[in-house]
Amino acid sequence: MSNQNMTVTIAGVEMKNPVTTASGTFGSGREFGEFVDLNKLGAVTVKGVASVPWKGNDAPRIAETYGGMLNSVGLQNPGADYFIENDIPFLRQYDTKIIVNICGHTIEEYCQVAEKLSDADIDLLELNISCPNVTAGGITFGTEPKMAEKVVSEVKKYAKQPLIVKLTPNVTDITEIANAAVCGGADALSLINTLQGMRIDIHGKKPVLANKIGGFSGPAIKPVALRMVYQTAKAVDVPIIGMGGISNGEDAIEFIMAGATAVAVGTANFSNPMVTIETIEGIEKYMEQYHISHISDIRGIIE
Amino acid sequence: MKKLVQATILKNECYIDGIFDMVLSAPEIAELAQPGQFLNLYTGKGEMLLPRPISLCEINPKKGTLRLLYQTAGKGTQYFSTLQKNDVIKVMGPLGNGFLTDKKWKKHILIGGGIGVPPLLELAKALQGEITVLIGAKSNPILIEEFEKTGAFVFVATDDGSHGVHGTVLDILKQNVPKGDMIYACGPKAMLKAVSDWAEQQKMPIQVSMEERMACGIGACVGCAVKIQKQGQTDWENLKVCKDGPVFWGNEVVWNE
Repeated sequence: MSNQNMTVTIAGVEMKNPVTTASGTFGSGREFGEFVDLNKLGAVTVKGVASVPWKGNDAPRIAETYGGMLNSVGLQNPGADYFIENDIPFLRQYDTKIIVNICGHTIEEYCQVAEKLSDADIDLLELNISCPNVTAGGITFGTEPKMAEKVVSEVKKYAKQPLIVKLTPNVTDITEIANAAVCGGADALSLINTLQGMRIDIHGKKPVLANKIGGFSGPAIKPVALRMVYQTAKAVDVPIIGMGGISNGEDAIEFIMAGATAVAVGTANFSNPMVTIETIEGIEKYMEQYHISHISDIRGIIE
Repeated sequence: MKKLVQATILKNECYIDGIFDMVLSAPEIAELAQPGQFLNLYTGKGEMLLPRPISLCEINPKKGTLRLLYQTAGKGTQYFSTLQKNDVIKVMGPLGNGFLTDKKWKKHILIGGGIGVPPLLELAKALQGEITVLIGAKSNPILIEEFEKTGAFVFVATDDGSHGVHGTVLDILKQNVPKGDMIYACGPKAMLKAVSDWAEQQKMPIQVSMEERMACGIGACVGCAVKIQKQGQTDWENLKVCKDGPVFWGNEVVWNE
């Protein structure tokens, strides 16, 4: 065994290493469990869960872009009851932390799902106020500081687990919305969600996505994500889960140096199903190479 | 059970203009695969990060090989067409659910359109009984001789009339109504809708293999939605082509759009 200590703590929850999955790219963990030893992950962040089942948007929902992709899934999910009954018992078989991404169209719906999950055996909640693909809720709460603070403070009344708030990059000043979420009671922040993007089929003369506009993710967005994590880490005192284009250990180290406590691997799971494990190994290798005994030694070292 | 493996390319040649014929050595997948299932092929290139779902044309568990017939439709498949014999490519499979088969069904009708024809070849080899194959194409129908070798009756329709009936597979169906215990279809959505409507009129059950833009291929991203209204349900739901399909009952697909 190596001498490197990779444990990190997010709002009192200890993860054996800083690597989790970005919501919506890893299902409930089950889908990747045939390839990835879930025991090795610091945490599994599951796909967004609402209080009731959501149908999502029309297809096509996926479009590839240079070094990235667009999605307009629209948070299709089977609802909190199904999730509690089927996915939590599955994930609890593994030695990993469970982070549940929650979504709603209204403050009431966000509170309902937080309440339904209040007795569930999960470690952290991640409040999704940043999905670009739903007409109500999602990003509409994440771009207006007063609304963000309001929804966070309301959900905090129902949430029994520590609350991570997931931020959208589709704002002028990320620190303004980050501060609002912290004022509302956020125990941690995760960023970034997808950037709004588009592709047009010039032969069919129409948008590629049925929803016209979607969320842009993948390696192409990493510089934007890194910049926002860096700015946010300077502005708030709560821990940050950094994400946006992370595809290997070196990418993860960049986010940690920018100030992230933990990191999430997202779109890279599609191009490389083993990427979460490889990212953990890559972090470990970097720490060995530079004789870093604890991962926190390099956290936020960029002035 | 799915496997993620490095497969060696045994053959990768132009079959006809725009369609390539690839044979992979992937014993771990070949021993599990069923007709109608597909593979994810990974480009390994950062600018083309999503895997390409390609249907299995032939499966040979004894030799440990898989055959794929793919259209060079975009950047990813064009890249695959440049790969050489003995090159290695990362693949995942078998993915999805294949065609449903049952020994009770004695008369089979297989309907393929365009690049939807290849996945029916392994099915034709696997089925027992009387098999009728309808192959549709714009101008170059594929795999005719190979279907004939399986002992199937083969009918062809082309949009330009260069081969077989001048028209579509539906014209063949209307001219010479075959009777089948089961219809299996793969091809463009408009063709699948038309043959599903026809099957309903004829009171014949039909399985259709659907296609949709995918990211993960294993049910995680929920990208490849298809509207399905199950028998007895009052409303449709979005199911995943990759995990719940790609084969669905034709009368359960919500076609109207």
